[in-house]
Amino acid sequence: MLRMASSFPEEVLEHVFSFIQSDADRNSISMVCKSWYEIERWCRRRIFVGNCYAVSPRMVIRRFPDVRSIELKGKPHFADFNLVPEGWGGYVDPWISAMAMAYPWLEEIRLKRMVVTDESLELIAKSFKNFKALVLSSCEGFSTDGLAAIAANCRNLRELDLRESDVDDLSGHWLSHFPDTYTSLVSLDISCLGSEMSFTALERLVGRCPNLRSLRLNRTVPIEKLANLLRQAPQLVELGTGAYSAELRPEVFSNLAGALSGCKELKSLSGFWEAVPAYLPAVYSICPGLTSLNLSYAAIQSPHLIKLLSHCPKLQRLWVLDYIEDVGLEALAASCKDLRELRVFPSDPFVAEPNVSLTEQGLVSVSGGCPKLHSVLYFCRQMSNAALTTIARNRPNFTCFRLCIIEPRTPDYLTLGPLDAGFGAIVEHCKDLRRLSVSGLLTDRAFEYIGTYAKKLEMLSLAFAGDSDLGLHHVLSGCENLRKLEIRDCPFGDKALLANAAKLETMRSLWMSSCMVSYGACKLLGQKMPRLNVEVIDERGPPDTRPESCPVEKLYIYRSVAGPRFDMPGFVWTMDEDSSALRLS
Amino acid sequence: MEMVTRIGKFDHDDDHLNLRLGLPGTSEAREKQAPSLGSRTSNKRALPEDAEDPGSNSKCSRTESANADSALPTKTQVVGWPPIRSYRKNNTQSTVMKTPQSDVAGGNNNYVKVSVDGAPYLRKIDLRVYKNYPELLKALESMFNLTIGNYSEREGYNNGSDYAPTYEDKDGDWMLVGDVPWERLRIMKGSEARGLGCA
Repeated sequence: MLRMASSFPEEVLEHVFSFIQSDADRNSISMVCKSWYEIERWCRRRIFVGNCYAVSPRMVIRRFPDVRSIELKGKPHFADFNLVPEGWGGYVDPWISAMAMAYPWLEEIRLKRMVVTDESLELIAKSFKNFKALVLSSCEGFSTDGLAAIAANCRNLRELDLRESDVDDLSGHWLSHFPDTYTSLVSLDISCLGSEMSFTALERLVGRCPNLRSLRLNRTVPIEKLANLLRQAPQLVELGTGAYSAELRPEVFSNLAGALSGCKELKSLSGFWEAVPAYLPAVYSICPGLTSLNLSYAAIQSPHLIKLLSHCPKLQRLWVLDYIEDVGLEALAASCKDLRELRVFPSDPFVAEPNVSLTEQGLVSVSGGCPKLHSVLYFCRQMSNAALTTIARNRPNFTCFRLCIIEPRTPDYLTLGPLDAGFGAIVEHCKDLRRLSVSGLLTDRAFEYIGTYAKKLEMLSLAFAGDSDLGLHHVLSGCENLRKLEIRDCPFGDKALLANAAKLETMRSLWMSSCMVSYGACKLLGQKMPRLNVEVIDERGPPDTRPESCPVEKLYIYRSVAGPRFDMPGFVWTMDEDSSALRLS
Repeated sequence: MEMVTRIGKFDHDDDHLNLRLGLPGTSEAREKQAPSLGSRTSNKRALPEDAEDPGSNSKCSRTESANADSALPTKTQVVGWPPIRSYRKNNTQSTVMKTPQSDVAGGNNNYVKVSVDGAPYLRKIDLRVYKNYPELLKALESMFNLTIGNYSEREGYNNGSDYAPTYEDKDGDWMLVGDVPWERLRIMKGSEARGLGCA
């Protein structure tokens, strides 16, 4: 019967939809029919915008009138490595202003790589009466004054997380702006702040918030004071210590060890700034329950690490410096059979010769010994095709494989040839691979393998690799699920890009810097693809003061329904559809 | 991330080594304070070392990287490579010789390496300990047993001091300590560290 759809009560549909949380499923629901679209948009509560310029605040608000939680991402990923010049964009202010009026019941704001101002923080504090969670990941542009406004006004705040943001740290006094009546804190991450805070204020805050689960301190909190805090919050599940060093004093050690042993729910440890080995054993009592350990800011040598890890059989995530060395990773493979994620960071990345004994062997050991390992970030100085092939065969369940061989274009150290076959093995065996970063000496053949096998790949990072446009063509034409592609210093030019222009509309974004894409090609792309924003970033001055064949410094292409943006700095140009016509040859 | 500060020795007898306050290449009166030109706009003083002077015994190279005191050779740094976040770069303990050290370079501690022309080794100071320039200068004076004297905006440290403290800013220029207001200097640390770290 034709009237079936409307005879089914909306409330029932809405109730059913409320069980569907994933964005992809919600999007599918909204495309079933018009009435489902309408019902769905009124009851969608959570929005994720992977590129803040892909859509405008007005468009989001128009479609989804009653959002409670929003996540926005701004700058391209390579901004983390200083490749995106200051002032590029990613401003959250227009979003906050629009939402302040449209979403009075907004509860959560999660931002990544965005520029936030104190004014915005003050507006958040004033506008959203039921505000619960603020997560600022790798953000910048705000100061502790803005945080003071949040602390003072958000009575129902549960989560304040500043992970790795660049905060203008004027003073630690902002913490004292949480009123004495405020008791709802669940998660606090202030590890990126530098100023000393009033310890009494911190202790009182921790003491009066019985639901506090996650506390990540900054390095000004000395190890001697850690025990006091822990005794106020024995229910903690995640702890980030402050500075973890002092002269070894037995009473400090035993006080800390005692306090830690009282935290029976503790599953995650991080911090360990300036850690000294003498105080590591204080955590032994909670190690048996530990699932996540971040020692990547601690210069602890492998014997101490091995000892510590031997106490952690349930460890699932380990972030560590390369001081762990091959021998430590071998021990890890033996002790931690539940390991899922490993990140090994370089202790001294700018030194030509290895300063530690960490090679490809460490990764081979872990991939062999840890059956659940699926995510790896590994910095090392040598690699071989043989090792990569062994790793791929050992561990076909990798979903995220990021290998950084520190010196660009390093060949297979055994054969002195390219590492094409090794990465080929990775993509061939790891059929669920979603994220890949390659390094070392690679020819177009490596990209042929990637295009052929990496069918589930969503994000790919390339640097100093490839021979010609063919390499890029393999990737763009072969990787069906590619969403984000970031490339630097590769000999890729116009041909592959123009031949695969349509592909770019199926992706979130493409970044290319220090490649060989000409200004002319950028203009053409901008002209032909109205739903793409083609941004040329060039600090040498306007690109039309140079020949059209001249390569641009940096290029950022992303799909957008909002059209070109208007907040660009002087060194960014958007290639419009109606830019000056190219003379056809 | 570490910044390097250099203390350059003055030789008052030689005009070429005196602090030049005018445009580089012009014969300027010492009293005149004109902004020096460069490809970047700023009010930067020209340094004595700008002149080619064989008499100068300045040992420090301008392109000192964060690993100047590492025993191992450094490679030329490429911007943004290896791909390590600025946050991590600024906060990783730097250690040499595989022994963990209790001090931390860069980041929120604001440790700065200080070298003095003619001194056999570098020292490290934590800028956060000092509230203003006079305190910092006094500390440097006692640490290295030399006189820097008082800063004056017009003449820098020219008034009877043997040494002038300089630092390398994010543009790679050598700046005289004291020109920038103390608070601005502290705030600049974050952005400077970013710029220097990847130069």
